[in-house]
Amino acid sequence: MSDILQALSDYRPYLWEGLQVTLQLSLGGVAVAIVVSVVLGLAAISPLPVLPVVSRVIVEFFRGTSLVVQLFFLYYVLPPLGLDLGPVGAGIVGLGLNYGAYGSEVVRGSLNAVPKGQWETTLALSMSWPLKVRRVVWPQAWALMLPGLNNLTVMLVKGTAVALLLGLHDLTYWADEMRKDPDVGLWTAYGIVFLLYYLIALACSSGLRLLERRAQRRLGLRADVAVTDRATAEAVA
Amino acid sequence: MPTETAPDPTGAGSSETGPRIVMENVRKQFGKNVVLDDLNFSVDRGERVTLIGPSGSGKTTILRLLMTLEELTGGYIYVDGEPLTHAKRGERRVKLRSGEVSRIRRRIGMVFQQFNLFPNMSVLENITEAPIHVLGRSKDQARADALDLLDQVGLKDRAQAHPTQLSGGQQQRVAIARALAMEPEILLLDEVTSALDPELVGDVLQVLRDVARNTDITMLIVTHEMQFAQDVSHRVLMFDQGHIIEEASPQVMFTAPQHERTQQFLQAVL
Ligand SMILES: Nc1ncnc2c1ncn2[C@@H]1O[C@H](COP(=O)(O)OP(=O)(O)O)[C@@H](O)[C@H]1O
Ligand SMILES: [Mg+2]
Repeated sequence: MSDILQALSDYRPYLWEGLQVTLQLSLGGVAVAIVVSVVLGLAAISPLPVLPVVSRVIVEFFRGTSLVVQLFFLYYVLPPLGLDLGPVGAGIVGLGLNYGAYGSEVVRGSLNAVPKGQWETTLALSMSWPLKVRRVVWPQAWALMLPGLNNLTVMLVKGTAVALLLGLHDLTYWADEMRKDPDVGLWTAYGIVFLLYYLIALACSSGLRLLERRAQRRLGLRADVAVTDRATAEAVA
Repeated sequence: MPTETAPDPTGAGSSETGPRIVMENVRKQFGKNVVLDDLNFSVDRGERVTLIGPSGSGKTTILRLLMTLEELTGGYIYVDGEPLTHAKRGERRVKLRSGEVSRIRRRIGMVFQQFNLFPNMSVLENITEAPIHVLGRSKDQARADALDLLDQVGLKDRAQAHPTQLSGGQQQRVAIARALAMEPEILLLDEVTSALDPELVGDVLQVLRDVARNTDITMLIVTHEMQFAQDVSHRVLMFDQGHIIEEASPQVMFTAPQHERTQQFLQAVL
């Protein structure tokens, strides 16, 4: 125990730096991934002729090629072409595009999982495509897609460790530095970093679980939960 | 007993006085399965026509074609004299652009067997959504109209309820109000009471009887409620395997059907 506290205090500034890099990659990556998921997912089911094909091609490209190669491409190939994202920028964009491609499949699947009768009713009410998606289908699909997006978010947080390959000093980098330090044990070095990753992932996933519950309650699902909550409140009062 | 007499079916051709709906050589295939073949019939303005026939005879398909939920394989459908999805250009049959289709589709409303209320909205919002965003009504106007409609279907006090808090019969009455809020000229009703517990059917049929009495909306009705069909419709079409095998006033159809298949069918359902 004292080993761990000693290591924590010795490495605090470094761990802090690593945590910041990992958090930047995580939050930035998740933000980009969500935008990419929504745009590609909507494009995939749009009634316009070319958009679904374009979306398909992009998704297949990012799913079918290596994330590491994509990151190297963003980091080494783009700057000479005049687009220098920097290592953090390249990491955020690469993670966002890659996980966004998977996320778009979640979004597309959820939109398609909204019952056919709902889509048909919007047609019978003469709603335009943007209107029916925004007001009727999306709010229902949202509740369905959150568990899948939650999964991807946790995977993205853990996946930020590839930033090491771009020379970034993230949590994984500092774990490795601590490992090399004879004063810090192997177990201590990795234990601390395991825990930090776990906490970030847990925070993201709890936030999304909260959104999920709210979305379900709005649809009148989980009435049981509402009733239970009320019963609990009454029991406590 | 019909509460109105069928309008005078003269003056075909002019869109102001001609039939409300014309089906001309209508053909519908699902893959190789020919469901409707060379179907022809027309419905006058304000007329209420009930389609009866055994399951699988194509009744739902006809309503779905009118609602443009299915693609017409061949032939033409005209609404107020205007082509709905395909037009004749000389010898050619051309598909209309979606903008044209939606202009005419706006005159048509439909109520489904499964109600299909939007679960992300309250009862009131279900009704006001399309009038506000499609017809461009003000929120206040749409709300006032929706409350009137809810009053007509006996659910004014449930305006703020969530759809899942309502019984099936109440949900279906909201769905009827929602369709009426778009002020359709044509209303399509596909077995709207078939998913309901028997004790809830009566209220829904009563609402539809009121609509029939108080409006001149043209209706195409698919139902197994023969008393209701007899009360509200001007004409009954008996379908078998995609063809109209008998057509008569409800009195004649339900008391003295001519065709043997009709007799068998009515015997089975009555
Ligand atoms: N989406 C579909 N795909 C394939 N076949 C269909 C589809 N919808 C209806 N059919 C077929 O069309 C025929 C007529 O069906 P339908 O119009 O639903 O009849 P009804 O409403 O009179 O019971 C049936 O044989 C049915 O199997
Ligand atoms: Mg049917």
